[in-house]
Amino acid sequence: MRGGRGVTPVGPGGPGSPTVPGDPGAPRRSGGAGDGLGGLGWGGRSRRRLAKGRAFEVAALLATLLGVAALAALLGDLLLDGVRHLSSHFFTSFASRFPERAGIRAPLVGTLWLMGLTAMLAIPVSVGAAVFLEEYAPSGWFARAIRTNIATLAGVPSIVYGILGLALFVRALGLGRSVISGALTLSILVMPIIILAAQEAIRAVPRGVREAAYALGATRWQVVWHQVLPLAFPGILSGAILAVSRAVGETAPLIMIGAMSFIAFTPGSLGDPFTALPIQIFHWASRPQEEFQALAAAAILVLLALVLGMNGLAAIVRHRARQGE
Amino acid sequence: MNDLRALSGGTGPLTAPLGRHRSRMGRERLAGWVLGACAGVSALVTLGLVLVLTSETVAFFSQVSLWEFLTATRWTPLFREKHFGILPLLSGSVLVALGAAALAIPAGVLSAVYLSEYASRRARAVLKPLLEVLAGIPTVVYGYVALTLVTPVLRVLFPGTGVFNAASAAVVVGIMILPTVMSLSEEAFRAVPRHLREAAFSLGATRMEVATRVVVPAGLSGVLASCILALSRALGETMAVTIAAGSSPHLTLNPLEAVQTLTAYIAQAGMGSPAAGSLEYRTLFAVGMTLFALTLVMNLLGQWVRGRFREVAP
Amino acid sequence: MATVYDIDSGGREPALEARNLSVAYGGREVVRAVSLAIPANSVVALVGPSGCGKTSLLRCFNRMNDLTPGARVTGEVLFHGQDLYHPAVDPARVRQRIGMVFQTPNPFPKSIFDNVAFGPRVNGFEGDLNRRVEESLKRAALWDEVSDRLAEPAGKLSAGQKQRLCIARALAVGPEILLMDEPASELDPRASQRIEELIYALKRDYTIVIVTHNLQQAARISEYTAFLQGGELVEYGPTDVIFTKPREERTETYVTGRFG
Repeated sequence: MRGGRGVTPVGPGGPGSPTVPGDPGAPRRSGGAGDGLGGLGWGGRSRRRLAKGRAFEVAALLATLLGVAALAALLGDLLLDGVRHLSSHFFTSFASRFPERAGIRAPLVGTLWLMGLTAMLAIPVSVGAAVFLEEYAPSGWFARAIRTNIATLAGVPSIVYGILGLALFVRALGLGRSVISGALTLSILVMPIIILAAQEAIRAVPRGVREAAYALGATRWQVVWHQVLPLAFPGILSGAILAVSRAVGETAPLIMIGAMSFIAFTPGSLGDPFTALPIQIFHWASRPQEEFQALAAAAILVLLALVLGMNGLAAIVRHRARQGE
Repeated sequence: MNDLRALSGGTGPLTAPLGRHRSRMGRERLAGWVLGACAGVSALVTLGLVLVLTSETVAFFSQVSLWEFLTATRWTPLFREKHFGILPLLSGSVLVALGAAALAIPAGVLSAVYLSEYASRRARAVLKPLLEVLAGIPTVVYGYVALTLVTPVLRVLFPGTGVFNAASAAVVVGIMILPTVMSLSEEAFRAVPRHLREAAFSLGATRMEVATRVVVPAGLSGVLASCILALSRALGETMAVTIAAGSSPHLTLNPLEAVQTLTAYIAQAGMGSPAAGSLEYRTLFAVGMTLFALTLVMNLLGQWVRGRFREVAP
Repeated sequence: MATVYDIDSGGREPALEARNLSVAYGGREVVRAVSLAIPANSVVALVGPSGCGKTSLLRCFNRMNDLTPGARVTGEVLFHGQDLYHPAVDPARVRQRIGMVFQTPNPFPKSIFDNVAFGPRVNGFEGDLNRRVEESLKRAALWDEVSDRLAEPAGKLSAGQKQRLCIARALAVGPEILLMDEPASELDPRASQRIEELIYALKRDYTIVIVTHNLQQAARISEYTAFLQGGELVEYGPTDVIFTKPREERTETYVTGRFG
């Protein structure tokens, strides 16, 4: 800290930021050479600049903290409203017209079904596509077209996927308003996400490893299976976890598929009707009675635990992988 | 003597496949085809999407004129007296999206500036993940918060606000897309080379001046890309607007009124399980096509701008 | 036109022969119509200023240029009379018979044992893997230093040890020819010397083609030297002749400039 300035020199991090600490706000020409500092002291103009700079910094900090404050307010509100409903009864009961008796058993099991099915459907196909794009056909018209295609698909609103799911899986393929329709729709929704994450992980594998393997007479598939995929695995895993956690939180596509909101059973097979946590939350939140709103808050807490838990898991996977290098 | 004999059994011709190698080559070809098929699935998805949307939209326009669709000011397909003007839905979506952008863009860009120019490494390591958590929260949660937290506050601040209103949805959608604006803008700022900042500092500029006159302008195309992509996300958002903004399509600019967005209509109509082939069913696709086209254009624009900024920054 | 000396191979066919070999990357020619023959069980050095195409030429010999996008190879590389670039030839099988060691040691992030065992495993080796790994490590003069820690990650070895591990790994596949792309250029002098001693010992059983920018090294270990410049083969003959009384003026300029 440079004496006499009163400015906190905070070194900004990051590759593009300089390591110059402090705020060198003193102008070259001061108010007068007679200030005893050779003209380098603070004059009136520079004080105003300093004030502006501080105000700006405060504003920027507040903007950053706005998001954090929003997060805190959100969680606080939810906890206040919903925590009183969190009991084992809540987890084991089905929905009911009477709020005191209602529980999330059906939606929770439905969500778990969807999670498992989506993971099983989406992950292999997506990783396969990523391997193809990175190892088998990096150049060439087909790969280029697929790449643009995936970038486009990643930006499609989730409800549009719901429309597709309705027309294709529910109606055209006749799968009906079943858990498999939901899982298929969610799978195509998360596919671009997993593909992009897997591509990045595969690209990060150093070239020397591939070259050495090829030079030993390994075929392309052997290089991929024995060298590339094991090294890319943590990145692929964390990307897959994040994608599935996204699928867990999606409501709109499931509405279009026809997930129910008031069922008293859990799915027993792929063709069964189903409901899911987000759907239940939506319906409870849409009821005017305050008790149902509280139920919604409780269900949200469960959903958030699931989603944020998976996000945290993905972060741990990434962190552990980075440490291993 | 060479006791590490060649694995292929000596000096046989390189073209004759030995038994073992025949199976290895076969596996190799199979792998190539399977992986290519996986990549092809994404093409099938796009194809399916385009086909489904187009065919039903075309069927829709055989019953409703394009002129009415684009110019009528009422949208009442589910009522007895049917009107099919898309403008109310469009205005609802745009109102919410612009409101969200008005919140997210200044806050997002400012926080990106803070994180890249002011924050210490430790502060960034804490703040950035926290803000990114906001992006991972399911949208239905935002809807709930809009209804139970934001709307009551708004009704106190602005008496006369409806229980359902666009502003409440705009606020939460803004918070939802804030991380998008922030992280892309921050990426753009961090890509600005160090020597530009150092040059400005060495000329006596304050940190704020360096940030606002050097870094932000240099990273402007990245900021622009982030705004476009965030807007696109706001347009495509469904649950928050469905829960908080209402289901009455209004052509209005007043955010304190209830509106219905494109996405909310699709959700509402979808919940009604319209019969296949009916006009109501087809409205789903017409509105869906509008939404798809709108977000597609914005995404392509955003990707293009983003691609440009990557080239410029070394 | 290149000056190519008569090389006495003792009547045996050359291990490898390039005929009118050219390589272009995206339209830019980096190797121009090079023809030379590598005698069996010899050490041949490829030397020249940076960018002269020596590494690109080396990578033709085991079809590694296939992996560079945009690379086009014309001409022939004959290995036991078979053109390696014939469409029916499987590059993977070429690489079983012609091995490569790279400039930057690139062991796999696996154990020492798994590194050496990788080649035999993917190529369908069905014999005693332990023995093969041991023999390879012995041949690469690394066995004594690692025999008690084969399960340790290869990343823990020193740079010189890593490079010898890469040599052992290449040997485990049982090639006839070893291609070495500046194998010692990133090592300290002591480790570099050990590599040179190793090469000298290996040439009894293998044919070695080595790219190097270190002329003293080339003079020490190679029997024949090829001097390339601008993608062209300028002069090719016995090492002592190339270094003491080259016929081409370009060769003399290069050699005396860097060697004297």
